[in-house]
Amino acid sequence: MRFSGWRVLKEGLTGNKGWAPHWRDPEPQPEYDVVIIGGGGHGLATAYNLAKEHGITNVAVLEKGYLGGGNVGRNTTIVRANYYLPGNSEFYSHSLKQWEGLEEELNYNVMMSQRGQIMVYHNDGQRDAMVRRGNAIINQGDDAELLSREALRKLVPILNYDNARFPIMGGLLQRRAGTARHDAVAWGFARGADQRGVDLIQNCEVTGIDVENGKVRGVQTSRGVIRAKKVALAAAGRSGQVAAMAGLRLPIESHVLQAFVSEGIKPVLDHVVSFAEGHLYVSQSDKGGLVFGSYLDFYSSYAARGNLPMVEHTMETCVSMVPALAKAKVLRSWGGIMDMTPDGSPIIDHSGIEGLYLNCGWCYGGFKAIPGSGNAYAHLIATDRPHGAATKFKLDRFRSGQGLMDEEGTGAQHNLH
Amino acid sequence: MRITCPICGDRDRREFYVKGAALARPEASATLEDWHEHVNLRDNRAGETKELWYHEMGCSAWIEVCRNTVSHEIVSTRLAATADLGAKR
Amino acid sequence: MRVAGKGLLQGAKPVTFSFNGRHMMGLEGDTLASALLANGVHLVGRSFKYHRPRGILTAGSEEPNALVTVGSGAQQDPNVRATQQEIFEGLEARSQNCWPSVEHDVQAVNDLAAPFFGAGFYYKTFMWPSAFWEKIYEPIIRKAAGLGALSGQPDPDISEKAYAFCDLLVIGSGPAGLMAALVAGRAGADVILAEEDASMGGRLLSEVEQIDGLPGVDWVAQVLAELGDMDNVRLMPRTAVTGAYDQGTYGALERVAHHHPRRAGLPRECFWRIVAKRAVLAAGAIERPIAFANNDRPGIMTASAVRSYLNRWGVAPGLRVTLFANNDQAHHTARDLVQAGMHVAMVVDSRHDAPDSDLFPVMKGAQVCNTGGRKRIDSITVRSVAGEERIQTDCLAMSGGWNPTLHLTCHLNGRPQWNRDIASFVPTPGTVPGLACAGACNGEFSTAGALREGVEVAGQALQELGLKVVDAALPQAGDDAYNMTAIWAVPGKGRAWLDFQNDVTVKDVKQAATENFRSVEHMKRYTTQGMATDQGKNSNVAALAVLADATGRGIPETGTTTFRPPFVPVSMAAMGAGAAGMGFKPQRFLTSHLASKELGAEQIEVGLWYRASYFPEGDESNWRQSCDREIGLVRDHVGVCDVSTLGKIDIQGPDAAKLLDFVYSNTFSTLKVGKVRYGLMLREDGFVMDDGTTARMGEHHYVMTTTTAAAGQVMAHLEFVRQALRPEWDVQITSVTEQWAQFAVAGPKSRELLNGILSEKIDNDSWPFMGCGTVDVMGVQGRLFRISFSGEMAYELAVPARYGDALFRELVSRAKTLDGGAYGMEALNVLRIEKGFLTHAELNGTVTAFDLGLQGMVSKKKDCIGKPMSARPGLMAEDRQRLVGLKPIGAVKQLTSGAHLFNPDDPVERIYDQGYVTSVGFSPALGHMIGLAFLKSGPDRIGDTVRLVDHLRGIDALCEVVDPVFFDPEGTRARG
Repeated sequence: MRFSGWRVLKEGLTGNKGWAPHWRDPEPQPEYDVVIIGGGGHGLATAYNLAKEHGITNVAVLEKGYLGGGNVGRNTTIVRANYYLPGNSEFYSHSLKQWEGLEEELNYNVMMSQRGQIMVYHNDGQRDAMVRRGNAIINQGDDAELLSREALRKLVPILNYDNARFPIMGGLLQRRAGTARHDAVAWGFARGADQRGVDLIQNCEVTGIDVENGKVRGVQTSRGVIRAKKVALAAAGRSGQVAAMAGLRLPIESHVLQAFVSEGIKPVLDHVVSFAEGHLYVSQSDKGGLVFGSYLDFYSSYAARGNLPMVEHTMETCVSMVPALAKAKVLRSWGGIMDMTPDGSPIIDHSGIEGLYLNCGWCYGGFKAIPGSGNAYAHLIATDRPHGAATKFKLDRFRSGQGLMDEEGTGAQHNLH
Repeated sequence: MRITCPICGDRDRREFYVKGAALARPEASATLEDWHEHVNLRDNRAGETKELWYHEMGCSAWIEVCRNTVSHEIVSTRLAATADLGAKR
Repeated sequence: MRVAGKGLLQGAKPVTFSFNGRHMMGLEGDTLASALLANGVHLVGRSFKYHRPRGILTAGSEEPNALVTVGSGAQQDPNVRATQQEIFEGLEARSQNCWPSVEHDVQAVNDLAAPFFGAGFYYKTFMWPSAFWEKIYEPIIRKAAGLGALSGQPDPDISEKAYAFCDLLVIGSGPAGLMAALVAGRAGADVILAEEDASMGGRLLSEVEQIDGLPGVDWVAQVLAELGDMDNVRLMPRTAVTGAYDQGTYGALERVAHHHPRRAGLPRECFWRIVAKRAVLAAGAIERPIAFANNDRPGIMTASAVRSYLNRWGVAPGLRVTLFANNDQAHHTARDLVQAGMHVAMVVDSRHDAPDSDLFPVMKGAQVCNTGGRKRIDSITVRSVAGEERIQTDCLAMSGGWNPTLHLTCHLNGRPQWNRDIASFVPTPGTVPGLACAGACNGEFSTAGALREGVEVAGQALQELGLKVVDAALPQAGDDAYNMTAIWAVPGKGRAWLDFQNDVTVKDVKQAATENFRSVEHMKRYTTQGMATDQGKNSNVAALAVLADATGRGIPETGTTTFRPPFVPVSMAAMGAGAAGMGFKPQRFLTSHLASKELGAEQIEVGLWYRASYFPEGDESNWRQSCDREIGLVRDHVGVCDVSTLGKIDIQGPDAAKLLDFVYSNTFSTLKVGKVRYGLMLREDGFVMDDGTTARMGEHHYVMTTTTAAAGQVMAHLEFVRQALRPEWDVQITSVTEQWAQFAVAGPKSRELLNGILSEKIDNDSWPFMGCGTVDVMGVQGRLFRISFSGEMAYELAVPARYGDALFRELVSRAKTLDGGAYGMEALNVLRIEKGFLTHAELNGTVTAFDLGLQGMVSKKKDCIGKPMSARPGLMAEDRQRLVGLKPIGAVKQLTSGAHLFNPDDPVERIYDQGYVTSVGFSPALGHMIGLAFLKSGPDRIGDTVRLVDHLRGIDALCEVVDPVFFDPEGTRARG
């Protein structure tokens, strides 16, 4: 069924009786060409791209819970292409371009809203670092503008320009950045993949990966053995454990990142704004809720929930930087489990086992990567060659030290991001 | 979240800095592969795991904490000095 | 309407307040909701999506409909529950999300278009043409979205945060909570009793029943009096426990001042962090509505809310009340109304075996299937075996049973269990370590049962705490049967609401199931069910039941969504209390801060520190003029600069040298006493962590300096190495950053200046370059280091911090007599760039010793932190971006930090990127700008031309690649 305004109108006039499932619930087949472990944003986008771009439709996505139940459904929905290191730069640029046509591509309104993202700086050093970043963005072919304090004030008047502990000096604006409706991204890719013949299998937990003579043969699941020519991992948050089923040890630690949403309030903030001091990022959803977050809790965790110190830090930063939001009430908080790599950048690569592929280590940047990652990962799985936009997401960089992508400059070792 | 410092007792998480997995440092003669394992690769266990915490706002003790990464239960703590993390020399 | 002789507010003081501009009278102790009902106001708000008229559904914090905005101007507070807001003299409240008024809301037109606004409609439309989303569709949606409005101004109110510690935290003060607190209090435990409501007592304040022969409210008063007399018990009314966190930590929001006019200095709210060895959850239960067509009209309330308004506040929500229920307890509403002299038109009970009554008519086996009225209910349609019947009514009380308020038990990822007997989820024991549940929140709905469980859990907690129960006498109370038979949704046409605020109906949930959003999380996310401000407290279980029915599964198999903190919404102001303005982070001031300010210095933030940026003099009107002059002071005469922000770490012990050899890449054990050496510190990943100088003050005594930014990190690192990796070494480490004030005295006349204040004069032989030692400075013992960050002959003089202010003033005034003076960060920065010295602009976390040209500093003779990984091939590659100097050679003389470098003939595109500029400054000595940069294969390209491009600042300049040391490359001036 094709979605459109006409369809909504027609169904509305006829009692909304014509709507059909967005995807099927098939029984798993005994064998597939490709099995994708993980029915989140990346797994679903990969399945979609395998079918659409490479004509590989004998594909199953195995999800232990419900589709989109991982980080794609628990993030702050920010989409941007403002990375500055080779590797990340071209990849996120590619991904943003995919976002820009995603509604038409999927015939699903994922509400990609290019409302602009601003990184606020507070001192000369931060400004210079942002200039370096902004110039890299432009060199990549994407957009960036340096805003003076006055220009920023005109654009986002409610920030604390007058008595902040760390004065607001200006910002780096990317107009093409913005937000998207996170769940819809998963659902849109799921529907698109399903329509092209991919089997989306929910409540199917992978319990083992079968490897014979260095070659992958299939997976063991809670719903039986499934043979596969290729197995692709896309299980953010649990990557290390899934990889361990194949005897692999990954350069990944799992950490919890909390996020928050406020009660709905009338529009006060059009842009996505982040702050170099305190690391707050905040935007307002189309429903009126402020969506915001800050640092990791910093201890490793699989609990998908956090503790008060970082909750309070986040609120403190908000009260300090945007005191006009102080009376907004926090409605809900949640935690996502982040695959943290030593350098803070992801991995899309061969695993070293024939037919087993890795897509992991997205840290807290995975949401914006979804369309690009699906595209690049499918390319790798289908052709055994890296996609042009993802040639640097190599597993081996940690061993060799070649091409480490430490965007924050905090270190290429664990626990520093 | 509260951590039991072997010296100060039960204290708020705010007083601590957490460094991550408690791993013995390889010997100076170790291979680059050993070092890659030490610095980069992780078991990343969902369950009880040993990690290093620093009582930065307290007594400055480095502490080896055995903590469950699923339930956040603190199973045990001891001074890192007793955890034998330095390489044999 | 107020009912004579009813309620607990008899004799209370009258209070004037206003609602939507209309002045009204209420009584002290009223909530806004009870006062509005007393004034006959039922239409309070509008729903989110369809702008349906809405009234008051509940009498608690779970209220989904009656959300109002309180106050005006900067103090305007949106989304306040009328059911929680206590009235006070002068309170101003108004409806929100309606225009022009709650009576006549233009957007109510949405209700007519409801067929097109079904579940998830927006995922299927607004896609064409694609440019319209940002330009047209989304702005319209955004404008319509949201509930109340913030003022847009900074919050003028103050809030507070506090910590509390106790043996036992009791959450909720109904019969179970009161008994738990009483038993624990009598046993001598430190108890905190937190109650969300303004008054303690829970449902006992709203019910007509007896405990120990006393009316329930009198028993409550008696218990509170006893608790109030105990020093070990803290009663915290108006305090909602909002979250359970690890190791017995709870968050709680106290509404300190929402219930009276503003008083200067009084915080509005206080956010508590309560650490409790044990906790009792006695939070009661929330009555659930029933879904039937048009069940959302003003005047339709939960049955328990009707009892609360009648019995507690003495208000009758209607003159001709009807009741729709599925359990015996709900009949108390009719009983109490009749006994108060009110008219109950009909009790409609879905059970065929519902009890009869002498007081009111009961229709058994019947269901309310529709309602009439627009801004207030005026009738119900009842369906039974006899057919459909319309009954006039102005208030419908409904009860679909109760859901235990077990939210906190799920905050650590616990899942509740389905209890078939009461058709509710109940807590799973042990999901929050140390927390036990008692009373209604545990699925025990009778008063006698609640009292009993309160005693039991307190006894258990006391035993675990090692305390003895002193008195656990159990009061006598009613043990009324609940007798509930579940009914979730009445079949039929028309929209039957589940989530009132978000306008989610039974049809929406069914449609979600049809579209294969069959997982409860999918249904929630697709329909927005349970995502309103009540977080599904009123609706989640019913919605789940509807979904279970639609998908042919049982409720337990369908599952639940997760309850997450906070239990009730908490303002950012409360959780972020204290951070407004300067309160966000501590401010660290140098001992010279006051003197610098007196000299007119501009201050800049450096981490938490404030440092002097420059010292304007005479008619200098911009920073460059001052900076250039200050550079001249240092190069030609003598300058004084406070450098105390650098980390100073005192390292002592027989193994101090070993430690330094291990943490620095170069060797310090060979450093002679009385000498200083520059050191480079790596992280274990092989990249540079920090640099600095370390002085050997004695055989077993070193003083290390770190960069300002890395002071804390280096300290932690040294302690890690000492304690975790080398515990056998005998060495002690102490941060002394704040104990010493340290000043750079730099320039050709620096020695002359110092010799005026040192008791023993120094010369180049007694105090050579990189020499150090203790000195007597005007009678104070200090330390003198012959180190230079400017390339001039220079010293750093350190004295105990208490002498810092005096010494700085003395140094500056003496410098002035030598044609010198104070210099700030701007000048310091240019001076160091001229010398190619590094700061964190270059030590940006991603550079190696090799990148900095310092690979020679990684000693081959010893192990050190980071050495093995620094040898990785990728970290030694020739084409890495490596440090160079830049000078302009084209028409554009400007250089900027953050600009990227290209070969002059290459396109300016990422793939041709050769590097970037880290630091720039105008060198008065050279007469042009200079810069430091990281350039691919940099040191191999000295003399080449590169193109510097800064798109953001519009700079495009040709530069020559030069050595990073621009000034006095031989270093003769520093050694002179």
